[in-house]
This record gives sequence, structure tokens and C-alpha cells, in this order.
Amino acid sequence: MSEPDTPARAHAAPPEPEITDALIAEHGLTPEEYARILRLLNRPPSFTELGIFSAMWNEHCSYKSSRKWLRTLHTTGPQVICGPGENAGVVDIGDGPDGAKLAVVFKMESHNHPSFIEPTQGAATGVGGILRDVFTMGARPIAAMNALSFGRPEHPRTPHLLRGVVEGIGGYGNCFGVPNVGGELRFHESYDGNCLVNAFAAGIARADAIFYSAASGVGMPVVYLGAKTGRDGVGGATMASAEFGEGTEEKRPTVQVGDPFTEKRLLEACLELMETGAVISIQDMGAAGLTCSAVEMGDKGGLGIRLDLDRVPCREAGMSAYEMMLSESQERMLMVLRPEREAEARAIFDKWDLDFAVVGETIPEDRFLILHQGRTMADLPLRALSGEAPEYDRPWVETPAPAPLPDLPDLPPLSALTTLITSPNHAHKGWVWEQYDTQVGADTLRTPGQGAGIVRVHGTDKALAFTADVTPRYVRANPRMGGRQAMAEAYRNLCAVGAQPLAATDNLNFGNPEKPEIMGQLVGAIEGIGEAARALDMPIVSGNVSLYNETDGHAILPTPTIGAVGLLAHLDDVIPAAPGAGMVALLIGAPGTHLGQSALVLEAWGIEGGDAPDVDLGQEARHGAFVRDNRALIGAATDLSDGGLALAAFEMAAAGGVGVTLETATMTELFGEDQARYLVACSFDQAEALMVAGHAAGVPVSHVGRFGGDTVSLGGDSAPLADLVALWRGALAARFA
Amino acid sequence: MKAAVVTFPGSNCDRDLAVAFAAAGFDVTRVWHKESGLPAGLDVVGLPGGFSFGDHLRCGAIAARAPIMAAVAGFARSGGHVLGICNGFQVLCEAGLLPGALMRNAGLRFVCRPERLVVATADSPFTHPWAAGTQVDIPVAHHDGNYRADADTLARLRDEDRIAFRYAGNPNGSADDIAGVLSENRRVLGMMPHPERAADARLGGTDGAVVFRALAAALATV
Repeated sequence: MSEPDTPARAHAAPPEPEITDALIAEHGLTPEEYARILRLLNRPPSFTELGIFSAMWNEHCSYKSSRKWLRTLHTTGPQVICGPGENAGVVDIGDGPDGAKLAVVFKMESHNHPSFIEPTQGAATGVGGILRDVFTMGARPIAAMNALSFGRPEHPRTPHLLRGVVEGIGGYGNCFGVPNVGGELRFHESYDGNCLVNAFAAGIARADAIFYSAASGVGMPVVYLGAKTGRDGVGGATMASAEFGEGTEEKRPTVQVGDPFTEKRLLEACLELMETGAVISIQDMGAAGLTCSAVEMGDKGGLGIRLDLDRVPCREAGMSAYEMMLSESQERMLMVLRPEREAEARAIFDKWDLDFAVVGETIPEDRFLILHQGRTMADLPLRALSGEAPEYDRPWVETPAPAPLPDLPDLPPLSALTTLITSPNHAHKGWVWEQYDTQVGADTLRTPGQGAGIVRVHGTDKALAFTADVTPRYVRANPRMGGRQAMAEAYRNLCAVGAQPLAATDNLNFGNPEKPEIMGQLVGAIEGIGEAARALDMPIVSGNVSLYNETDGHAILPTPTIGAVGLLAHLDDVIPAAPGAGMVALLIGAPGTHLGQSALVLEAWGIEGGDAPDVDLGQEARHGAFVRDNRALIGAATDLSDGGLALAAFEMAAAGGVGVTLETATMTELFGEDQARYLVACSFDQAEALMVAGHAAGVPVSHVGRFGGDTVSLGGDSAPLADLVALWRGALAARFA
Repeated sequence: MKAAVVTFPGSNCDRDLAVAFAAAGFDVTRVWHKESGLPAGLDVVGLPGGFSFGDHLRCGAIAARAPIMAAVAGFARSGGHVLGICNGFQVLCEAGLLPGALMRNAGLRFVCRPERLVVATADSPFTHPWAAGTQVDIPVAHHDGNYRADADTLARLRDEDRIAFRYAGNPNGSADDIAGVLSENRRVLGMMPHPERAADARLGGTDGAVVFRALAAALATV
């Protein structure tokens, strides 16, 4: 490799475009940010260099609006092996079958903008990206979830987006071979012009065999692995950092195309190669592809990187340095390899018919050097690309107190329940899950739709529980309480299946942070999430921020999705979901009082008023521990959230195929969404013992009804369970199938 | 007893199938698709579910031409037992070891759910513990499970009692509700449902384990 001395723009054929104000703006860089680049370089950047800065300094990669606040999150604990900053978080789950310590590796990430432009490929590559984040660290993926938010069901675009996104998630995950074990699906008009696709993945690795991105050693080969580089996705990360408006359709070419077959082979080849000990460090090529992955490896390792683009496997002829550096072609990895093991590594990739090319090397100086056709296309201080990225303390305002809840008309309890269970938000979501493989791996103990999903840790008697939660209308009404509530609901879902909550990942979806009221939502939600992470001992170990979720100036509901993982030390610790006939229904926690921002007032009357429910974190922790500690006394359990006691009781009854009777007819007690509550089913003897235990622990446990028969009866108002279940199961398919 | 489980690129139920064979008492060897021979002394070959070669061209079409498949065909023709599940069933049809083809589901969508099957014949090494007509629960997970064959072939399958399983409620539009078929010598079974996913009570059922135990018992008395 020869090393020309300066960026050879003048000799380039075809020449790179001149840097103009318009070109700078097209790259999403402000005049101040460009001035910062000029100061760093003491010269104008080349076109390729401008592209590299744009990729590294956009919101998606640099977290420039959120970093100040993310730093306040609680991210540590004895269980945490690796917190935020790597491809995914790593958490200790104790010993495996051969005595080696095991870890769960997980993260949630958004693919909102691509999914709105091209739902099938956008969602598919979202799944692909998050799976890569997990297996890059040496973990075999064992579970996936998706939290999806769409516009109104009757909006003309919603059916197309929903069908496409579900097809994309299923098409990718099913072929790759990871079971989908849960998630969320909501509809709200604020997502009409900006759907959300948040993909979660978790994998298992040996705790002493986690792979990180930091390069080490000078003169080590930088190896390109996986699929070839094409022009797809050039500028994708910059696109994902802008608002939508007219002309969004024209951005379709910035969406990448996924190939799960290549990803599956990449998984197997990477894990096989990692076993050999040949890998020094590894980083997947996600947003901003080669640029971001190479800078990450160099930056973390305190090294420079030289890349020779002539060696990059390309799908199309004539690609420029700019295009290669910014391509977001999928299913690619960058690795720093022990040089003496190159032949061994190459053989493994040959076996799986994947590209393997040495494209550069680590260098001692702080330099990101890009060579192409004998010319230097970029020569940048590497550390400055991430370390000198702008960070903003954007102005923000407190969210004003919401309007009080108006007086509500009368509604018979069963009519209220029927309204809820036939609304797309609370109908049975089987039409979606049945398009996902929920059992591949033959370790799925609980498939979607029954609270947290549960997957056995292969070859052991342990299991992990997974849940994804947020209630965006609470976050809009009261960002701090809403942030707490998302964490608390995730915590409850884990406790309700008997799991010990371990840690969480946050996927923060908000509007334009340059608006002080949106920034106020972000600041408040992060504060609430942080408080809950500490109080519930559920540190945030990974995450992702998606801002500018707006179309024509209309922002989405603030949607900080929480993905959380819990441990079941033994398979026998699982609390069942289905109650048996004759079991007593007990409420853990106080009777419901709070209808502000509830599912009922929204679905029945279209009211989004009142404050979010208060979240007492001490109470959440106590009540969760009470459920876990008394699991032997509990026949079946669920947490109370949207729709309160009545919806929880109905869903439990449906799971068990038995009727349910709730004694109260009071709307607040039936549909109130007060927090820190569970509904459990017990035999008569267990119920007595649980009430005694509750008394001793200072946890309210009260008798609210019983399971049995074949009707659902709310305060004397009753209907056949089978009829209600048919309505509930059919509502979503009737609209979208 | 010895079982071999073949892995094609894109197979994703190969481990699950190996676990189910092992639980029924088989010594399991994993075989890579580029190999040209099978281990000596083998009793059964398993072709697993998944998306071999990414379902490119047609499901199972490329895998059916992989080097290992010549050995699998020879093994079957010499009287060896072969079990193909889901994508493995598609591969067996594409390789000509079973008649018919698996087309796209009638609903055009992937379907993953528990499914009730009717055991259509007890006269096979895979189904002999059951009486014909027994209902069993074994889940499905596929996009292309719609079994199709010409009328003569379907008539022959019926006449020769070679339909192993039927769906109680047809999830994919299969002709005659067919969920699994046997070869002429009844030693090759292809089925779309996944018995390896119903071989552990904690996973929601054990009906699938019967298929593997039945085979082990049949081989023990050969």
C-alpha cells in the first residue's frame, strides 16, 4: 500500500463534488458543526471526509442531544458484566451446565424511519441489526421481541405498515432461527405519520468469552466479513436523524435490504471463529457501516485504522470511497484478527460461503486513513470523530400538568370490558404472533401473550423471562411518572412469572429535541427511568435513542420502551399463567382508584385526560418481592396494567379456559390503573396462607372473586366467556387479515 | 442405535432434532451438507427444519442437490430410515424420495401455532404406538406447508395407506389435509409439524416424543 500525502481531491476521477453550504446542509450538519470540523482539521474536508463526519455526528450515532441525560442513568450492579457503550449489555446469570459462568447479552434498538418508508425491509433489517449486536459479542441469540406502534387502525396507511412490518419481522427472525417471545402492539393517531419498530434480542454466552469492540495491537489485520458492500443504505443514519415531511418517499433507496440466510451463516461462522481464539475484537457494521465500526474499534482501543477500500468486497462495480464508507449494506462484520490465525479464520468463512477479506490494519497514530485506487480519500484524527462529536444541552421545559379528567358517563362494566377487548389496542394479538416462529430452539417455555415470555437456558434447569413495556399516554401526561411506570410494568411482568428482575435496556423514541417541550419529555422520562432502575435494582445496560419522530411537525407520543430480563433459577420457579376452576382470585395491592389516562377512558370515550397514575417505587419493589417469595402459594398470576383488574381477570380466565367472577361493580376498582398490583389465583388453602403472609409483610392482599364456571361476571353483570373470547380473538384479524 | 442429523446452511432446527433423537436413546452424529458420505452403521438420518439455502429458488430445492443428499438417497434406497421435518420434508420431496410438493400456505402467511393432528396410519416405524384415528398435538411453523400432488398420486397414497398424519384443522390448504407422508417401503417419513418441539412436558406437550421413541423401538426389533 502506498501512502499519498494529502487527500487527492484534485486528481480524483470522477472528481468529488465541491463542498458547498447546500452540500453541508444535505449532510445534516449545522454551520456551527461544520465550523467545528474546520477547526479540527485546519483545512476543508474532502467529500468523503464530510460524509464520515456526517455519519459520526448525526443524532443516531452521536447521541448529541441525549448524552448529557443518559449519563445520569443507573447502569451498574453486581450482576452487570458490561453496561452501555458496547454492542449490547451483558449480565451474569450464574453457572451453566459445565460449571462455567453464563451471561445474557441483550439490547433493544429502533428501526422507525426505515420501517415507515419501506415496512417489510425496514423491520427486517431492524431485527437483523439487533441480532448482530448480540452475536457480535459472542452470544447465541435465544429470544427476540418487538414493540410496535402504529397510527390509527382506520388510517389508510396503517394496514399496509402493520402487515409489512409483521412480515418483515417474521421473514427475518423465522429464517434466522430465533424464537419471538413477546412484545407490544399499539395504535394511536400520533403515530399516523411515524410508526415505531423497536426490536429486542437476547443471547447467551460464556461470561469469560465475551467479545468487545476495542482493537489492540499495532499492525493487526482488520478483516471484513460477511456480505458484500452495495449502495444500499448510503446516508441511512442521517436520514434516521431527520423529521419526515414531503418527499419522504424519495428516501426509499436509503433503506437497506435484509438477507437472513446470510445473517444465519454469519452467526454460525462468527461463533465458530470465536471458539478458535483467533478474534481480538469485533464490531458489526450497522448504522454508517464501515465508518462507524472502524472508528469504534480504533477509538476504544486507542489506535488508528488504515483501510484500503480496493480490498472491500463490493456488490456493484465503480463504487466510490464515499459510498463504501457510508453504505449500510447488511450482514457485515469488521474484526481484528490474530495475524497467525488468518488461514484458519479464512477456512471457516469459506466453509460458510461468506466473504473474508483483509481490508486494513491497526496503526499506532491517532489517524483514520482511507485509501482508494492509490489515493488518500480521507485522513482524519480518529479520536476526534467520536470524542469531539458535538454534545448539546438543549433547552427544555417542564411538561405542564395535564387537564383534569372530566366527569365520566355511566357504562355497564361488561360493556366497558367489551369495548376494551374489541379495541385493536387490547384485542388478542395472535394474528401477529402466529406469523412469528415462537418455538425454534425447542426451549420456549412460554410463548407470547401470557405476560413475560420465558426461554430455558439450553442444557440447564434455568430460564430467562423477557418483557417489553411502556405506556406512552402516561409519559405524555407526566414524563417522569411515565418513565417510572414503564420500568415498573416491566418489573411486574417479570415478577408475575416468578422471575428475579436482572436488568433492562431502554429504547427512547421521541419527537424533535430542538423543541423545548419535546426535550422536556425526554429529560423527564430519563429521570423517571433512572429512579426506577435504582429503586428496583434493574440497571440499564444498553439502549438506543430515536429522536425526530415527527411528520410535518406532529410528534409521536413519547415512547421510551423498556425491554427487561429476569432470571428463573429453576424451571420449577415459573408461576403459571392459567388459573384452574375453583381457584380464588386475590388482588395484591390496593383497590383501584385512578382512571386518569386509563385505557378505558381512551377506548370508551376518546378521552386522554387526567394525570398518569402515581408510581411508588418502594411499593413496587415490596409487592414484587412478595410475589416472588410466595410463588409456592400462587397457582397463577398476572400484573395489572392497561385495563386494570377487569382486563387482567378476563385475560387470565381466557388463558385458563375458565370463567371468572369479580364481586365489585365499581368502575375505578374494575378499570383503575393504579400501580404495584397483581392478580393471583390460588386454591382456598393457599389463599388463606397468602393473606396471612401479606399481613405479615405489610402487603395488601384482598379477596376479589373466583375462577370457575363458563361466564365472565363483573359485579353481577355477566356474559358467556366463550362469546367474549371469540370477540377478543377475532378483533385484530377482522381488521387487518 | 445411531442417528445422523444433517445440517444445511440455513437449517435452524438441527440442534432441536438432535436433542429429540438423543432423548429417545440414539447416539447422534451431526453431518455437514458438503460431506459425501454418512457414518457407518447408521440407523436413521434426520433432515431438520429451517430455511436451507434461504429458501432460495424453491424451499428445499438447493439442499436436495447438496453432496450429502446422494448418500441419503442411497441410504434410503437400501432400506435405511429417514425422518424429514418441515424443511426436511420439503428437501425429501425435492430429492424425489417422497412424492408431491410443498407450496406456499393458502393464507400466504407464515403460520406458527399448536396444531391438532390425526394419526392416519399406525403401520409405520414412526407411528406404531398409536391407533389410527388418534388425535395428537404437535406444533407447526412454516410458510410453505401446503402439500400438493396430482390426483393419481393422492389416490395411491391413500390406497397404499401412506398418509402418516392429517391436520384436524387444516392450517395451510394441504390436499386431503395431509401433514405427513411415508415412502413406499414406509421407512421414509416427511412431515410439516415439528415433533421435536413437542417432546418435553415443559414445552407444552410430549406427543412428538412418541415419534422418536416409536422409531427407537421399531429399530430395536428389526
